[in-house]
Amino acid sequence: MEFFSEFFSYLGGTAPSIAAQGMIWGIMAIGVFITFRILDIADLTVDGSIVTGAAVCIVAFQSGMNIWVAILLATLAGMLCGLVTGLLHTALGIPPILAGILTQQSLWTVNLMLAGSSLSFTFFEQDQLLVVPLEERIGNTDLVLVGLVAVVIAVLYWFFGTELGASLRATGNNPNMSRAQGINTSFAKVLGLVISNGIVALSGALLVQYSNGYNINMGRGAIVIGLAAVVVGEAIVSKISSGFIPRLIGVILGGIIYFLVYQLVLFFDIEANLLKMLSAAIIAVFLGVPYLKKRYGKKKAKKEVKTNA
Amino acid sequence: MLEIKNVTKIFNGGTVNEKVALSDVSLTLEDGDFVTVIGGNGAGKSTILNMVAGVYPVDAGNIVIDGVDVTRLPEHKRAKYIGRVFQDPMMGTAADMWVEENLAIADRRGKRRGFSWAITKKDKAKYKELLKQLDLGLETRMTSKMGLLSGGQRQAITLLMATLKRPKLLLLDEHTAALDPKTAAKVLEITDRLVKENSLTALMVTHNMKDAIAYGNRLIMMNAGKVILDVKGEEKKNLTIEALLEMFTKASGAEFASDRALLS
Repeated sequence: MEFFSEFFSYLGGTAPSIAAQGMIWGIMAIGVFITFRILDIADLTVDGSIVTGAAVCIVAFQSGMNIWVAILLATLAGMLCGLVTGLLHTALGIPPILAGILTQQSLWTVNLMLAGSSLSFTFFEQDQLLVVPLEERIGNTDLVLVGLVAVVIAVLYWFFGTELGASLRATGNNPNMSRAQGINTSFAKVLGLVISNGIVALSGALLVQYSNGYNINMGRGAIVIGLAAVVVGEAIVSKISSGFIPRLIGVILGGIIYFLVYQLVLFFDIEANLLKMLSAAIIAVFLGVPYLKKRYGKKKAKKEVKTNA
Repeated sequence: MLEIKNVTKIFNGGTVNEKVALSDVSLTLEDGDFVTVIGGNGAGKSTILNMVAGVYPVDAGNIVIDGVDVTRLPEHKRAKYIGRVFQDPMMGTAADMWVEENLAIADRRGKRRGFSWAITKKDKAKYKELLKQLDLGLETRMTSKMGLLSGGQRQAITLLMATLKRPKLLLLDEHTAALDPKTAAKVLEITDRLVKENSLTALMVTHNMKDAIAYGNRLIMMNAGKVILDVKGEEKKNLTIEALLEMFTKASGAEFASDRALLS
């Protein structure tokens, strides 16, 4: 009994920060969703572009800019990262995974040159930040994040409902058909990568504030967290709705669940390094099980046909 | 309407697998021509369609559609002039998108895609009417994912998509080959109706000699990357499978080597 009350008071106490981190990484996962689910590309640029977003945000802010302007600049920098990957893929014919890795590698250097290996906000600067983990400000942080999540989802809902957005969805779904219908699939892929990495860098700009500083390693494994949030979120929501907005909300929920699990790992004093393998395993299971189900299901159907004949 | 001028295409050039798919082919289609294309496997039937559509570049020659030289235009730019239906029913539509979304994408072929809504109420009413005319009950499935439909239904919708914005040229690449005979007949009937109603210029590749004779106003036969026979008008109307086979033997100096064509 005592254990449970301790457990729940722990979870209750950390709930606002779980929500905050979940939403920050959930925004990042929405960027991953765009490439992975809509364009059907596993884009590894994100491990780099999330850090670029963080670096640009802190450097811009510390050079005296308004935090909103700094976030906007970070987003634009992320879009540029996506443009590079997109052009490597479409103009030079490099496979998308490799194109992403190449950009990610280069971004390591770019990030070092931009912001060194680490940078912190000063105590004084914290007052002007939007998302701060301090106990007295966490409620406000959550509100800001809910607002940002809503804006990101609304803008994407609008965009993917337009002719241009539909051409991106078609490109990811069937590039042959898309070209036959006059869609420039190369342009569509580049645009998708630009939007995706812009969102990822936006999340980096939020993360740097929440973490109270930048570190060159802060994006390591980001793609895995993003994918985990996408697959877990989809598994939850797909039972209820296949609509676009529910799916995106599911991705945010996936991010929150990821940090819930993370807190549990901390609570039970499990080695936190295990979490990386755990997230990788989660992705493997969530992607693998539907595939096996499909295969197994087909075999069963064939058998039935045989017995009928 | 379509001029194919001395087009040559060689796959794997300079290697042991070198294959001359098209060898100096020239062909002119008049406005309103409905041409059926037959020939054995590897004769170059599909290649000629892919060359016109711009799937791969030509090695030599020119392709002119309605006076515009499209030889150097990429596939998506040529799409402005061309409607296409493929052999594989999966290839012509986006499986995870709704029926009406697929139609809306096709409805904007050749148009700049901007920030207007991808599909409007007016569009939906129009598509419903067109689907009704297919007589497959698809007008009630406008918001079904394309992937849930049967091969025949998907081909019928692909046909609709290819002709929704009246194309200068319709390319049909064995579009009934993957369907069962009954469905294939239905899809062919729809094809014929759409071509006639819109007075389209069309190239239809088929393995089926009977269909090649029954449909269209002109028939060409290909062998080893060349057009070896070109029959039009009255002569085409009076063709029989036997006569066609005999012509093939005479023109190519070989037996027509496709069981599929004979049996079907």
